[in-house]
Amino acid sequence: MTEILFKAINTPNLTSIDVYEQTLDGYQSLKKAFEKKPEEMVELVKASGLRGRGGAGFPTGLKWSFLAKDVFPRYLACNADESEPGTCKDRELIMKNPHLLIEGMILCSYACQIETGYLYMRGEFWEYEELMDKAIDDAYAKGYLGKNIMGTGFNLDLYTHMGAGAYICGEESALLTSLEGYRGEPRLKPPFPAVEGLYGKPTIVNNVETLCAIPFITRNGPEAYSAIGTEKSKGTKLVSVSGHVNKPGNYEIPLGTPTIDLIEKYAGGIRNGNKLKAFIPGGSSVPMLPASKADTPYDYESLMEAGTMLGSGALIVIDDTANVVTEALGLAHFYMHESCGKCTPCREGTRWMYQILTDINNKQGKPEQVELLSDICDNMSFKCFCPLGDAAVAPVISSIKYFPEDYEELIGSMKTAQPVGTP
Amino acid sequence: MFAFNDTSETRIKKIMAKYPEDRKVSALLPLLTLAQAQEGYVTPEAMVEIGQRLDVSPAYVESVCTFYTMYYTKPVGKYVVKFCINISCHLNGCDNLMEYAEKKLGIKEGETTPDKKFTLLKEECLAACTEAPVMQVNNKYHVNMTPEKIDQVLGSYK
Repeated sequence: MTEILFKAINTPNLTSIDVYEQTLDGYQSLKKAFEKKPEEMVELVKASGLRGRGGAGFPTGLKWSFLAKDVFPRYLACNADESEPGTCKDRELIMKNPHLLIEGMILCSYACQIETGYLYMRGEFWEYEELMDKAIDDAYAKGYLGKNIMGTGFNLDLYTHMGAGAYICGEESALLTSLEGYRGEPRLKPPFPAVEGLYGKPTIVNNVETLCAIPFITRNGPEAYSAIGTEKSKGTKLVSVSGHVNKPGNYEIPLGTPTIDLIEKYAGGIRNGNKLKAFIPGGSSVPMLPASKADTPYDYESLMEAGTMLGSGALIVIDDTANVVTEALGLAHFYMHESCGKCTPCREGTRWMYQILTDINNKQGKPEQVELLSDICDNMSFKCFCPLGDAAVAPVISSIKYFPEDYEELIGSMKTAQPVGTP
Repeated sequence: MFAFNDTSETRIKKIMAKYPEDRKVSALLPLLTLAQAQEGYVTPEAMVEIGQRLDVSPAYVESVCTFYTMYYTKPVGKYVVKFCINISCHLNGCDNLMEYAEKKLGIKEGETTPDKKFTLLKEECLAACTEAPVMQVNNKYHVNMTPEKIDQVLGSYK
């Protein structure tokens, strides 16, 4: 098993800086990095093929190279606002191996010539604020943070910053808005954060898991990383497998591993001897797929080809005892609750979807309401200000596409549907 | 009247040092969190005090405060019990647990017990999906919940 992010993750007291240094050669990658010029570090990460693990899958090195030239100060904002339903990998990394993240943040900051970094954690991670603050203090005490780090002249300050309960703040521009002390509403892009981010300065926003891969790449070279995975999806990915499985958990897999292996081999198969019905491979914001597609390799391209996305790497498994309409309703409630209200299609659309799905789920729905649902989805897709609107559409439209029988079970035959608008 | 206590003032010094001097409004969320930790909820007086410190109006503080679900603008119980109701917890039977907790505490979701000890809330995904169903009590995680575990955990909060 290839372990990069979860290597020795269950070592007792790994949160202590001494144990981290002894067990994982902690902070040794800094020496290697400081031998290189910052721009060489960017090239190294580019060559590794690492892609953003927060959801969008954008090439990390390329993102770093987009920073506005010669504009300083620059900022790093590490996205630990982990809120995508089904996803809990960053929480495990933070609570078990905080120094790996700090090391990754230092390497990124060096490569991007950043002197101030913030770790934006969701407010519900309240227990881990103290843990991260302590880890950061310990890194200062050892001279890995602060002024003139290891005699190189490179300065870096890292701070924790807690959110307070808003899913939208996981979207990078909303995260920055929130960090600036505003309501966490997304901003128009472009300009992208790399050009105008935090306080209007060039900013790198990277996910926890992304930054945690940088120490390995720095220590072992980009080839060691790109040797793992598929042609275009390089390296390993943490996948949070949850739902109707025997052994739910976060598993580190080489990208390209068949999804069915994640369910059967890693997560111990479907519980209670039931059958797999559906799975959502990348967190609640991506389309669900039926069991017949479970052999799809778990990588960015294959999942895209199968009509869904890898997203944040949260595999939610649903067995044949569930009606997917009920699950779609739960998610519709979530997106309605989390819509920031800035743009109309998302604010109104999520509410309509919730109301209609509530009717259907209460067996008070009509066949034409399913068509109306599709119509609302169409009017939201790519018409919202930020990706939250598209995310809200994904579970609903895919449940209609793959599981019409679940709707029929609740409302009767759909063949009698009247066209939308018919009185 | 609202005033930050000495412990909060010490924290505030550290918090303010995190952000550039001309960007002190970045400290708004952390200050709201401190005010809530002190009083149990964010009072209008606290909003005025925070506004003065950060050079923004109380109305602005309120507009930000009410955007984030973790801030309470009305009194809550000593312990806020939150049940995740999102998909992974739902697939693992959180509905039954919520019902169980409602019966046990004799209140509905969103309510506080008459002795002001517990407030019961539904919460969206708490990012512990592989340990579903998940419950938090005053932001402390309790995972793999069962009715027996609810008895045990709630009993431990005096």
